[in-house]
Amino acid sequence: MNYVIIGAGPAGVVAAETLRKHDAKGSITLIGDEGEPPYSRMALPYYLIDKISEQGTYLRQTADHYDNLKIKYRQAHVNSVDTKAKTLVFGDGKTLKYGKLLLATGAHPIRPPVTGLDLPGVHTCWTLEDARKIHQLAQSGAHVVLMGAGFIGSIVLEALVMKGVSLSVVEMEDRMVPRMMDDIAGNMLKNWCKSKGVRVLTGTRITELSDTGKGLKVGLNKGKLPVAQLVVVAAGVQSNIGFLKGSGIKTDVGVLVDDRLQSNVEDVYAAGDVAQAKDLSTGERNVLAIQPAAVEHGRLAAMNMAGLDTRHRGSLPMNILDTLGLISSSFGQWMGTKGSETAKMVDKKNYRYLRLEFLGDRLIGAQSVGMSDHLGMLRGLIQSETSLGPWKQTLMASPSRIAEAYVAKMHGSLG
Amino acid sequence: MQKTLVIDPGKCTGCKQCEMACSYVKEGTFNPSKSRIRVFDFHTEARFVPYTCTQCDDAWCQQACPVDAITTDPVSGVKQVHDNLCVGCKVCTIACPFGTINYNVSTGKVIKCDHCGGDPECVKACPTQAIVYSDAEQAGFDKMRQWAAKTDNAPQTTA
Ligand SMILES: Cc1cc2nc3c(=O)[nH]c(=O)nc-3n(C[C@H](O)[C@H](O)[C@H](O)COP(=O)(O)OP(=O)(O)OC[C@H]3O[C@@H](n4cnc5c(N)ncnc54)[C@H](O)[C@@H]3O)c2cc1C
Repeated sequence: MNYVIIGAGPAGVVAAETLRKHDAKGSITLIGDEGEPPYSRMALPYYLIDKISEQGTYLRQTADHYDNLKIKYRQAHVNSVDTKAKTLVFGDGKTLKYGKLLLATGAHPIRPPVTGLDLPGVHTCWTLEDARKIHQLAQSGAHVVLMGAGFIGSIVLEALVMKGVSLSVVEMEDRMVPRMMDDIAGNMLKNWCKSKGVRVLTGTRITELSDTGKGLKVGLNKGKLPVAQLVVVAAGVQSNIGFLKGSGIKTDVGVLVDDRLQSNVEDVYAAGDVAQAKDLSTGERNVLAIQPAAVEHGRLAAMNMAGLDTRHRGSLPMNILDTLGLISSSFGQWMGTKGSETAKMVDKKNYRYLRLEFLGDRLIGAQSVGMSDHLGMLRGLIQSETSLGPWKQTLMASPSRIAEAYVAKMHGSLG
Repeated sequence: MQKTLVIDPGKCTGCKQCEMACSYVKEGTFNPSKSRIRVFDFHTEARFVPYTCTQCDDAWCQQACPVDAITTDPVSGVKQVHDNLCVGCKVCTIACPFGTINYNVSTGKVIKCDHCGGDPECVKACPTQAIVYSDAEQAGFDKMRQWAAKTDNAPQTTA
């Protein structure tokens, strides 16, 4: 079989490796359009603070990894896909035939329609190339403005503060990480950041950027900010589906795939940030845009491509964030759903919070602040749809006993 | 033959010597909260359950790692964290459905059971043989594996 994978992020790389595991002889081509060996975007914040070198961001640490697995890594941009002729067209006009195709092209950062966003000194933080520029401009003492305090913005926030910049964060919504956690958690994070000397403006919009000659003037819909040496834009992402126009491959916000990760076109699959695949928590198709989902998709898509019928139950939304030492996490339907019951443990003074959401006696969502032990159990309980029985009432009264409940359920004799 | 930690909660008295030994050998301090094995205390039923990583085949932690910092030893099957590569992103700690890989604030890295390289300290420290290091896939452990299968996202095909 002639397998071709477009996109060499975690989804593409795991897919290529999985294909090789199940098909020793097939031809595997992995195509990426960035200048580096396959790397991990998630590692960029650690490169920014010099915890790792550029090489430390590489997805696989041995130089001959792809050669050893007979995976052809080709650096090129794919312009279009002809699904009738089963052919890709590259930027330079060259073409490539495929037998089975995986779309793993990821996503790109959204650039909101704000005047001045294309000025020098304004950068997204999405690629290694972006990170190099931010690394250079985020000098100790510089004033940096971060546009957006979503999940990615908040990860970048920590790296910027650790670089010693003076940081202002501007977020449109009423709290930090509005799509990952509720107002109690989001405001805990905000207060924590403020206590660490970060200026956090929620419910505020950047209206305009202009060059004063001495730096960037950042116009707000209310209030004022000092001139900035760097503006980092983290205003959300969109799946890379533009090059599929006219291919007949069905898209919505991402490539719509079935429970084998196959698109409406036979032999064309999708995985990772580009795939609109089943969300385990809602059963609906959704772009999760997280690393664990990218890897799950990559593995399952490849198994199906190799002829092993393997169904995707759905991936679980989940995130973990370290905000200047305050660790927070969220899983599944953390915001609850129709008919769900909520248990909360709130300790604002000590920045500790745990919220559990139950549907019947099953856990369907969770969020935590100020905790880092056994967090994976939350995923385990949600994903296994474990019936908690009498433990449900115990947890409604004392949510912090969740780890105990987990171990008890695993050892059946304990209720 | 791969060896596993076989845990029999029925024999555990809750003395926590395993936690002490583990944290001392691995972290240089007698601090149960830094132990890779934890004893859960169900006082109402007077039962104690030692709990740690099963070195599961799915290797959720390894798969989720964005920088190749977790590998499986080809001989022992043990999942190992390489401190020189771990950036402390913690994604493995939410990806593992058992909650047995955790973040260590003092080092900025994640920690998990690695069988102490083939000579587990918890086993030596346990006075009642509630934890033994054995060749066989035995009782309590199978239970955990069954549970593991339930959490899986898709039928795993073994290579
Ligand atoms: C700073 C930062 C921090 C993050 N932190 C976390 C985190 O803590 N936890 C988490 O779960 N997620 C995190 N993420 C998100 C995570 O990195 C993504 O979910 C993940 O990278 C998705 O993998 P992917 O393989 O689908 O896409 P990508 O990693 O984006 O890879 C896709 C590749 O395809 C290439 N490509 C696109 N179009 C074409 C084309 N037409 N031709 C050829 N090549 C093409 C792209 O250039 C790219 O190299 C973070 C992201 C960033 C930027």
